[in-house]
Amino acid sequence: MKFEGTDSYVATRDLTLAVNAAVALQRPLLIKGEPGTGKTLLAEEVARALNMPLFQWHVKSTTKAQQGLYEYDAVSRLRDSQLGDPRVEDISHYIMHGVLWQAFECEQPSVVLIDEIDKADIEFPNDLLRELDRMEFHCYELHRTIKAKHRPLIIITSNNEKELPDAFLRRCFFHYIKFPDKETMQRIVEVHFPILKHELLKEALEVFFDLREVPGLKKKPSTSELIDWLKLLLAEDIPPEVLRAKDAKDAIPPLHGALLKNEQDVHLFERLAFMSRRKS
Amino acid sequence: MLVDFFLHLKSRQLPVSTKELLALLEALEARLVTGSLDDFYLLSRTLLIKDEALYDRFDRAFGEYFKGIEALPGFDAMVPEEWLELAARKHLSEADRARLQKLGYEKVLEQLNERLAEQKERHAGGSKWIGTAGTSPFGHGGYNPEGVRIGGESVGNRTAIKVWDQREFRNLDDTVDLGVRNIKVALRRLRRFARKGAATELDLDGTIAGTARNGGWLDLQLRPERHNAIKVLLFLDVGGSMDDHIQACEELFSAARAEFKHLEHFYFHNCVYESVWKDNRRRHGEKLPTWDVIHTYGPDYKLIFVGDASMSPYEVGRPGGSVEHWNEEAGDIWLQRLVDAWPRAAWLNPLAENYWNYTPSIGMIRAVIGNDRMFPLTLDGLERAMRSLSK
Repeated sequence: MKFEGTDSYVATRDLTLAVNAAVALQRPLLIKGEPGTGKTLLAEEVARALNMPLFQWHVKSTTKAQQGLYEYDAVSRLRDSQLGDPRVEDISHYIMHGVLWQAFECEQPSVVLIDEIDKADIEFPNDLLRELDRMEFHCYELHRTIKAKHRPLIIITSNNEKELPDAFLRRCFFHYIKFPDKETMQRIVEVHFPILKHELLKEALEVFFDLREVPGLKKKPSTSELIDWLKLLLAEDIPPEVLRAKDAKDAIPPLHGALLKNEQDVHLFERLAFMSRRKS
Repeated sequence: MLVDFFLHLKSRQLPVSTKELLALLEALEARLVTGSLDDFYLLSRTLLIKDEALYDRFDRAFGEYFKGIEALPGFDAMVPEEWLELAARKHLSEADRARLQKLGYEKVLEQLNERLAEQKERHAGGSKWIGTAGTSPFGHGGYNPEGVRIGGESVGNRTAIKVWDQREFRNLDDTVDLGVRNIKVALRRLRRFARKGAATELDLDGTIAGTARNGGWLDLQLRPERHNAIKVLLFLDVGGSMDDHIQACEELFSAARAEFKHLEHFYFHNCVYESVWKDNRRRHGEKLPTWDVIHTYGPDYKLIFVGDASMSPYEVGRPGGSVEHWNEEAGDIWLQRLVDAWPRAAWLNPLAENYWNYTPSIGMIRAVIGNDRMFPLTLDGLERAMRSLSK
């Protein structure tokens, strides 16, 4: 059982190695990288490629570690008791299973995605140490220990907004997805647009990488933005010559809204274009 | 096995633990990689290093350790054989192949090892010992320390330069200067600093759930308020060699402005004296008496200086030492007053930390503000400064 990328996801050698190490040694895999380099997508593609069910847990600033295990819905139970509902006798009716519980009880090995773990409180990763290590936890209301039938493959993504505690990091494998080079990018685009005209792709990639080199951009365009932009180029049927026209008066690439996401960046880019035109 | 490697990483100040070493050994035992040093590099990086800021340091440490070592200990006998064969089939002429056949792969390997043992230095070009690409028996593997490439996909090494020698994660190292690339990360760290230290507020959802759990008895729950409560006074040294750094730093702090409750900035030149100014273009017209600043802002403000602190010692220690005007009182007296008014202070210095000892004025300023209060203007320094400020 080896992950080698899929028909819609190009994985570099270092990434596949990291995933396979995590699968083989059954450790959680922590993924970091620039936004838009396919961190979240990785879990979906791994699940698809290895034919395992995927459980997703999207973390928000208010998410608590307990919510991934289970939640005791005390409010419903209180209401039921006041209405005389017979269900109130059995506490298990009010235990809501979280993502990890579902994955632990799954009959086959599964993939769990813990997305954007850095959004949560600083204590969040610490509260999951034992769960990730031993793959078990105790449900106090039911006096029962939930133990994983098969250790799931846990993929965790982070955007680096908070530092993660050392104890947590020690338990994970780590991979930093670096921004793809031109070659890899070409493969990624080919996967998404198999029929793209070769010339258009070449011009587009050039414009794209030039744009990334512009100093002082607030948000550099990333892979997912390139894909969106190509979609637009295709939909509008822009000929490759337009992209090549570097010295023409419209030095701003067409449909740049898909690549540059804030006003200041567009403005900066326009100014640079203006200056380079004046020089020439 | 690999203990030396592990200790080498430790000695290069990489935070690796025994647990991680065991995981690496487990991975090797599971035959996740076989023999290729490139793969071993990737695997060990995945398992041992947990922060991309440390990738560059790891690359360097790895390069140092594996300089001259050709294959993994214990693996060398097992792997290159078939690869050599493969490479030979692909790239050697008939005559060469015959000669190689005569020599035998065993023999080739032996000689290779001998030669590796003799070889002390790494040769960038790799032409002396190994690497005439196919004529010497040792060029075939494409697998020697020089990284001599044989062409094609012979052993899965795509490039001649080893991955760890490319140092492509240098930008992510947090001990380099602040620049456009890492300014975002710096901003995030500042934000984290800005969000700390606030009072608590009523947690309504928590209270309802707690009350229900209590069977109807009121159970008040409180949680930390998420407001930003940090107030900052920024003193920037302008009008000298530091202008670029100052601008970077100013931009950084103004970008984080929304995150601070209050952020005020003042300019000074070299050292603080009886007046500072807020607008650089009108610095000689609109001066603010430093006393007014001290009296205006309360002690809950945090004080951050940015400057190289490099000047003549007289500018710090003597009345009249300023290069611009006659100052009645010495710079260190004014510095001391500022630090007394806002005890939580830090000085960010764009000069590299190892030069600090050579400039007397830096020592004098550190004596006033506290030896552990000056930080280099790098991501790492910024982080340490913020941590010390929020203590």
